[in-house]
Amino acid sequence: MTTSPPKLYWKTFVALAVLLAITWSVSYVDLGSFNLIFALGIAVAKAILIMLFFMHIRGSSRLLHFVAAAGVLWLLILLSLVLGDYMTR
Amino acid sequence: MNAIATAVVAEQFDDIEQQHSAAKLGMWIFLATEVMFFGGLFLAYTVYRFTYGHVFALASRHLDDVFGGVNTAVLLFSSLLMALAVRAAELGRRKQLVRLLLATALFGVLFMTIKAFEYRKDFVEHLVPRFDFRWDGPDAANAELFFWIYFALTGLHAIHVTVGIALILVLALLASAGKFSQNFMPVEITGLYWHFVDIVWVFLFPLLYLAGHR
Repeated sequence: MTTSPPKLYWKTFVALAVLLAITWSVSYVDLGSFNLIFALGIAVAKAILIMLFFMHIRGSSRLLHFVAAAGVLWLLILLSLVLGDYMTR
Repeated sequence: MNAIATAVVAEQFDDIEQQHSAAKLGMWIFLATEVMFFGGLFLAYTVYRFTYGHVFALASRHLDDVFGGVNTAVLLFSSLLMALAVRAAELGRRKQLVRLLLATALFGVLFMTIKAFEYRKDFVEHLVPRFDFRWDGPDAANAELFFWIYFALTGLHAIHVTVGIALILVLALLASAGKFSQNFMPVEITGLYWHFVDIVWVFLFPLLYLAGHR
């Protein structure tokens, strides 16, 4: 059995909707550069919720955890190396 | 030979568990390549926002965050329906599965419809690069750059949504023909893809629409 009870999916959706409401309303408040950090933080939290519960990363094999992490890790390598170049020029 | 019995476990697998893990692993590897596919565009966005942060914020303010926000909610809800559909498939509830798949596709179509109205508004407001793009103020070329990236990212995402809708409709057809009585993996695998497309939008919404409110 890979799937969960419907209640868990509904709870996940409600959490995602609340996070959407938070990120949307906070964008109207001026926090300087923290606006971007906050918005990205919320987006990461939403992505983690979707992966854990909708995509069943929770309860799946260690191998899948590695593959999922690898996708993110390679993207971070791409972004950090290029930004490392631009920020030190 | 019974066609359904042979379809359940393919020859190269020991049992159904192993077949399921292999299918999921394959899909996750594909999704990792998709991360890199979108990654190039996210990289372009990052570099140009880092370089022209001010004009990016101004340009972002020209996008209507109501379109983006409502579409985020629509896509999140369709993901919920998809997750419920995967459950229905696993439990072998055929009628429920067909209904949930159709509802998921419907919300996908709703997303695309809202997106179409938004693109129309962008066009009317002269925000489409090369199509009579107009910009009041300095840095018009860099503002245009923001809209290049906006259309590339949302366009690539819209193609993914369209593919997803088509896949889900095919699944609904197959499900109503009773094809998933013993093997729900196609639904689960398509679900993974649909949730991935949802995640991409979760990042596009703040990066494109909320970049410069204040």
